[in-house]
Amino acid sequence: MKNVLLSLAIPCVMFVAGCGGSKTSESTPKEEAAAPAASAPAIDEANAATLTGKVSFTGDKPAMRNIDMSANPACARAHAGAPAKSEEVIVNDNGTLKNAFVWVKAGVPDRQWPVPTTPVDLAQKGCMYGPHVIGVMSNQDIKIVNSDPTNHNIHPLPKINQEWNESQPPNGDSKLKKFAREEVMIPVKCNVHPWMRSYIGVVNHPFFFVTGDDGTFTIKGLPPGKYTVEAWHEKYGTKDVEVTVAAKESKAVDFTFPGA
Amino acid sequence: MTSPWLHRYAVLWSFCTLFLVVAGGLVTSNDAGLSVPDWPLSYGSLMPPMEGNIFYEHGHRMVATTVGLLTIGMASWLARAEQRRWLRNLGWLALAAVIAQGVLGGMTVLFMLPKPVSIGHACLAQLFFSTTAAVALFTSRSWARGPRMVDDPGAPSLHWFALAASACIFLQLALGASARHKALGILPHVIGALVATGMVLWLTVRVLMRHADHHALRRSALAVLSITFLQVFLGIAAYMSRLATADAPQPMPVMVGFTVAHVATGALTLASSVILAIQIFRHVRRPLADLQPIGVAVPSA
Ligand code: HEM
Ligand code: HEM
Ligand SMILES: [Cu+2]
Repeated sequence: MKNVLLSLAIPCVMFVAGCGGSKTSESTPKEEAAAPAASAPAIDEANAATLTGKVSFTGDKPAMRNIDMSANPACARAHAGAPAKSEEVIVNDNGTLKNAFVWVKAGVPDRQWPVPTTPVDLAQKGCMYGPHVIGVMSNQDIKIVNSDPTNHNIHPLPKINQEWNESQPPNGDSKLKKFAREEVMIPVKCNVHPWMRSYIGVVNHPFFFVTGDDGTFTIKGLPPGKYTVEAWHEKYGTKDVEVTVAAKESKAVDFTFPGA
Repeated sequence: MTSPWLHRYAVLWSFCTLFLVVAGGLVTSNDAGLSVPDWPLSYGSLMPPMEGNIFYEHGHRMVATTVGLLTIGMASWLARAEQRRWLRNLGWLALAAVIAQGVLGGMTVLFMLPKPVSIGHACLAQLFFSTTAAVALFTSRSWARGPRMVDDPGAPSLHWFALAASACIFLQLALGASARHKALGILPHVIGALVATGMVLWLTVRVLMRHADHHALRRSALAVLSITFLQVFLGIAAYMSRLATADAPQPMPVMVGFTVAHVATGALTLASSVILAIQIFRHVRRPLADLQPIGVAVPSA
């Protein structure tokens, strides 16, 4: 019963909040970081600093590989015409990387940062996860929805958090899940469709961002201080940058991943 | 004299088990192990929709259930009709093994593929298949005809060799399973392949050179030799296809095909070496010197 209420309540909240979740691919990236920051009253807005920048890629743009979904006709039908492509590496037109997870890895004061009450969406659509990479705060809800006419299983493979594996039937209730501890990144697999893979970054504070179609990021509301900022990419690994920001300062931080 | 149908049944049982090993290998290679998160039911039912990888995982469970039933049949048939007490006991042992194997399979699902359980499940599958092959041999007409004894002087004895070769192959399977379930790298398995192949060559060449006129020995030695060569070839093919498809977004059919063939031929390699060892123990007189180290008093003269 509680579940039913929740699943009714969540879409309403989502609607009211203007779907502030982590819909990187569709929404402009700026909205995304704003969502956690906006609902975090503990942040001293007046003195907060901002980090902006982009995650660039040098080297030859790798071809995106086709996925063969013939093993499950319900999946293949969703991509009739153009086969789905692996989202392991997506190089944007402006030479930046999509789906890089940028977060403040060290230096953030050990405070009880307020957890957004809005869940972050993780969709299963056309037998692909959308978005491919999401970020949440520890104990923030993740709302997992299956809109395919086929069964999925959702199997996160954390090293620090609790591992679990559950199935979700077509038109099944959405699932609300959360991870208690910071972990960058948790791979998520569907074993019914072995090409399905996504990543969840779980962070103890709201200072993280997933790059979108322009490869830029904005991290707002940082207290003045000295930080280590990390950019993570599924294929190309991580890069760290040290940065010091003063109150109200807006600083540019850029990352560059050389292709293989 | 046991009924010819018992032997036929044993052969069927053994074939179904080999097919089950293939089905299991398909589960692992397609990364389908967790596509059905629940056990003993699948998606809360006996017959889930067989879509995507559910086909492999649930199909494997169905074949396993069939083999489980066949094993119950085998053990009870032996219990009722078999004179040889040790063979009746072997039937019960097989039944215990298949139950343990089913429980291990369920545990891989419920505990999300812990490496020791997956490796244990892979190794017990191989041992179980060898047991079915041995029962098929013990119930055969050629076995009923009795041994034709030969001598094989020299140390180490052929018996020792035969046991050592089977043990090497079993260790090699365990190293393969450890590589497959990412507990160890591939290197120990490749080194193990050299040792196991060396043992097989040494053993089979000795049997073929000395006992080429002995039907049972020649046949089983030739089987081990040719299956082992095939297995090494398939291992290399499995490895190369893995490298070639390393950045594919999903398990590719070439890789799956060679790998599953390698897993199944692995089961045949072990079973054929066990059969050869059994034949050696049956047909080759044990050299007296061989018994002394184990403390058996050997009368002189
Ligand atoms: C009863 C006889 C059974 C036999 C002989 C058998 C045999 C096998 C074999 C040979 C493999 C492949 C191992 C490898 O390639 O490394 C396998 C994998 C597997 N089997 Fe079984 N199996 C049996 C029963 C079951 C049952 C009842 C289940 C129940 C759920 C099960 C679940 C699995 C799973 C999940 C895997 C994949 C393991 C992994 O990917 O790590 N098996 N089985
Ligand atoms: C006598 C020789 C060999 C035997 C008996 C043997 C047996 C096996 C078996 C039974 C497995 C699967 C274990 C399981 O059920 O989980 C395996 C895995 C494997 N073997 Fe071999 N093998 C032999 C030689 C080789 C050689 C020469 C190679 C060449 C590189 C090789 C490459 C592999 C690979 C790559 C796997 C793992 C496949 C995977 O990761 O899915 N093997 N081997
Ligand atoms: Cu799926």
